[in-house]
Amino acid sequence: MRIDIGSVLRVSANLPYADLVTRSTGAAVRRCIEAEIAGVGDDDVVTLDFTHIGMMDYSCADEVVAKLLLDLARRGARPSSLVFHGITDAHLEAIEDVLLHHGLALVVHFADGAARLVGAVSEDERVIWQLVHSRGSAHVEDLAREVARESAELMIVLEALLDRRLLRRDGPTFAPFGAVS
Amino acid sequence: MTAVITVPSSLDDLSFEHVLEQLAAQPADARVIVDARHCTFASPYGLTALLTLAQSRSERPTFLPPEDQDKVTYWARAGFFRYAEDLYDVQGTVPRPRTTRESDVLLELTPVVKSDDVHTVVERIKDKATQILTNRLHLISRATMGFTMALSEACQNIVEHAGRGGWVMVQVYQYRKRLGGRLAVVIAVCDAGVGFRRSLESSPRRPLTDRWDDGFALETAVVNGVSRYAEAGRGQGLKGIRGYVHRWEGKLSVRSGTARIALVPPWDDDVPRRDNLPPFPGAQLQITIPEKSAA
Repeated sequence: MRIDIGSVLRVSANLPYADLVTRSTGAAVRRCIEAEIAGVGDDDVVTLDFTHIGMMDYSCADEVVAKLLLDLARRGARPSSLVFHGITDAHLEAIEDVLLHHGLALVVHFADGAARLVGAVSEDERVIWQLVHSRGSAHVEDLAREVARESAELMIVLEALLDRRLLRRDGPTFAPFGAVS
Repeated sequence: MTAVITVPSSLDDLSFEHVLEQLAAQPADARVIVDARHCTFASPYGLTALLTLAQSRSERPTFLPPEDQDKVTYWARAGFFRYAEDLYDVQGTVPRPRTTRESDVLLELTPVVKSDDVHTVVERIKDKATQILTNRLHLISRATMGFTMALSEACQNIVEHAGRGGWVMVQVYQYRKRLGGRLAVVIAVCDAGVGFRRSLESSPRRPLTDRWDDGFALETAVVNGVSRYAEAGRGQGLKGIRGYVHRWEGKLSVRSGTARIALVPPWDDDVPRRDNLPPFPGAQLQITIPEKSAA
């Protein structure tokens, strides 16, 4: 499922703006997103597309990013994963700030196709996530060989990334959530 | 009895204290004449604070504009008289501004009352801010984004906490004395609302201490990021402003009630905290971001 946040802002929330600023705007957009993803199944990936959003401030990011993640987790209604697509420098600072503040993390896809894990993750988690992402998918044994570590040790990191829905299982392998075409 | 309040020839965040010292000697309902005839320079803080001064008086004050035609034309271009005429009895005739496009006023005086006003401010300033911060202040793209975010958060403080409207103004200056001729962009956001202390007092999050006063309230909100709202994500706006200002070697000062705190960069010699200042309602915030140093 793909949700165009620009369209949510201007059509669903009926706010005639290009930027995600102010807490009240963020709350209105978040409520619309929550309504759209209410029927999404556990295994679905929801892509929030920020391509048509100008900039985002801290207060709005707290509503649209942090509260959305926290509320979904609290209600047990979170889909398999949320992926943020079309992210630019104009969004990233606020997103990173609120994720760190709340101890959350996200996979963001930039407009040029690059992906990055942002927010509150350990250096270990970041390195392993990057490795899985660069390979497309990988068995734990292959990853362990590449970083010269024990499989069991690596499994702990991978499980943590799975728990936080920053990676997914693909049969016997671990895989990133795919980029959006 | 009518008191004459003399505006200093150079009006900025520090010299505005002289205005407040004179005002503090008058009862709240005293009739005052604000005399700016000999004022030859006014910063965005000076202009926004003069508007909030009028808001704070129960008796409509009289205003005497600068005598120098260049100065009064600048004040008009900055939008001062557009709002001053609603708040003061402005004496004499003042020029009607035609355009601000060619000036260094990035954002003329703009009222901030509701959330929509913050959107308007952001929409109006972001392209021009990007151009000026990149081409003239030589800051990278990420700094220009942070600038608009800081501006947005500063304005939101009025909407969320002040309880009444205020004003914002943004301008580029050459800082001859402190920055060796480098440029700086200055944001001023002033209101005459409830101020930090009263805002926090309305919340159970107020620290329980015998030292509770305006200075402590400012430190609680600006330095420790405590908001009157209990939600975990609240208070991040000011924290974000502080981080942005620190990252780009800027200066942040916030005055409220009888205190003022400042995040002071190496190029400035201000003090981090002042107490026992003349009382003034609301909150007055100034952000200064300097041109990137050649070194």
